[in-house]
Amino acid sequence: MADVREGTTIRRRLLLTLAVFGALAAAALLLAPLVGSAPIRLRRVFDRSLPFADNPDAQIFFIARLPRVLAGALVGSALAASGVVLQALLRNPLATPFTLGVSAGAALGAMLVITFPVHVALGGLPAVPLASFAGSLGAVAIVYALATARRGGVSTNVLLLAGVTLNAFFSALILFVQYLADYSQTFRAVRWLMGDLDVAGYLPIAAALPLVLAAFAAFAYLPRALNLLALGADLAASRGIDVRRTQRLAFFSASLATGAAVSLGGPIGFIGIVVPHLVRLIVGADHRLVLPASALFGAAFLIACDVGARSLLAPMELPVGILTAMIGGPFFLWLLIRRS
Amino acid sequence: MTTVIVGLLAACGGQPARQPAPPKTPQRIVSLVPAVTEMLYAIGAGPRMVGASSFDTYPPEVRALPKVGGLIDPDLERIISLRPDLVVISATHAELGVQLRSAGLATFPYALGDLANVTHTIRILGTVTGLDREAASVIAGLESRFEAVRDRVKGRPKVRTLLVFSRQPGSLRGVYVSGGTGFLHDLLELAGGENVFAGVRREAVQATTEAIISAAPDAIVELRTGPAPASGEIERERRSWDALPAVPAVRTGRIFVLVGDELVVPGVRVADTAERIAGVLHPDGFVR
Repeated sequence: MADVREGTTIRRRLLLTLAVFGALAAAALLLAPLVGSAPIRLRRVFDRSLPFADNPDAQIFFIARLPRVLAGALVGSALAASGVVLQALLRNPLATPFTLGVSAGAALGAMLVITFPVHVALGGLPAVPLASFAGSLGAVAIVYALATARRGGVSTNVLLLAGVTLNAFFSALILFVQYLADYSQTFRAVRWLMGDLDVAGYLPIAAALPLVLAAFAAFAYLPRALNLLALGADLAASRGIDVRRTQRLAFFSASLATGAAVSLGGPIGFIGIVVPHLVRLIVGADHRLVLPASALFGAAFLIACDVGARSLLAPMELPVGILTAMIGGPFFLWLLIRRS
Repeated sequence: MTTVIVGLLAACGGQPARQPAPPKTPQRIVSLVPAVTEMLYAIGAGPRMVGASSFDTYPPEVRALPKVGGLIDPDLERIISLRPDLVVISATHAELGVQLRSAGLATFPYALGDLANVTHTIRILGTVTGLDREAASVIAGLESRFEAVRDRVKGRPKVRTLLVFSRQPGSLRGVYVSGGTGFLHDLLELAGGENVFAGVRREAVQATTEAIISAAPDAIVELRTGPAPASGEIERERRSWDALPAVPAVRTGRIFVLVGDELVVPGVRVADTAERIAGVLHPDGFVR
């Protein structure tokens, strides 16, 4: 009887959460393409009588703005949701999507092709995003192999330590590669590390979308298990959770989402930690609410930051990673002080 | 302790020197700045060079010199061990300058600037090295070539141009263009172009896609440095711009990729760059 009542309560709260955060994300998606440095007229944007090639308003809308907004939504939601999953998996509120070395692996991949240019293009995708995604997969494989080497299951402590160590090790390799680069390559490499959503087309988004959707499909199975896992692996096991399977699913899906997001937009910081904590302040700790709300809020937050990135210094770009960190950093510190 | 700063500014009569010029003309020169290295060779100070930066490749003789690091990693020990009597450093090397001067070495701080700064620097180098006549003739040579370019584009309509010097290969991401200051901007304007980002008073601007579309340049000139492109790569890179069909340069195909490390070095080869840019923007004015 109590379970039934709890079931209806959570369903009602879930609907309310989805409605509020969904409205926020939808508003960001709809309003952001209307804002920018160049004045455009919506009537001209959707004027079908003009050929697309002769319509700068439509091109600014559909090539310069809409892809950025969509990329921001995809990257923001992937990073925020991965943050939630990893914080629960590692039982560590300071975990971020970048804690386990995925982004460092991605960065190393990107640095390598920026410094030693190779011409590989897979279905029109340039080498840098491909290499960064390959790098993230490599990092995931290494961390997972380390975490499972000692005993059968995933040791979250080893996972955490392996991730942190791998991050440091990859950072050294990244610096070494940069040191070998000439100044213009170093410049491009440093710029990549600041994050950038100016993708100027839909192909990179289309490439990242299935990966993020696959990760989100896996996330859909996780919230209940994460709730129990957050209380401890033994307790979760006693309540009928297949702990190993859950940990594996959480680790791989969060890594996949992070790898796809980083290869699309670069390692954009703070979203994966600020958004989940802010959302928990509003909806509580239940992952059935936190996970979807964080995905939606992450999308809205990054879209909003990117509007700033492309407008504040226009016609110059302000790297979006700088903006998220400048907003996210102080906010997170405030959160820390407030809680302690 | 002898602390000497070359009277860089005094030599041009612009601003007062902080310290007197070195007593005798330098005979052992180390240069950490590729642009200045090639100027020194051009005015005939090449035989006095005893060390160069790790990025120096021109003129070819410079490759035989000991390497002393670059902008971010100058090797102080190696510089001192070469016993130079003049070290050319970047003006941003404040700390290195202090270290060198405390070791009793004279420094020549070089600041990146506009096109006029190129001839200006050559003139000062002539004074410092005692090779004034040679410097004057190098300057006269550059100026007559600039004048020839100006003559050829005179009366022709300025071509509204986007001057790109860096972007992520194979895509239109991280597009860095010349703003309205610096020698690249000056070279573009000299070559009969009108910089579409002249309004941004910076040398380097990461232009948003939105800004590029609304700037609507009639020509795009890309300066490409680094390893020589593979066959077909230039064409592939030109095609990257097809993503922005509203840009007039894309529709008319006036996208020009110029290849060469010298394109971004404000040294004695700037006249080549001016001629090459003018040649693509105003092809009928140039029979090459």
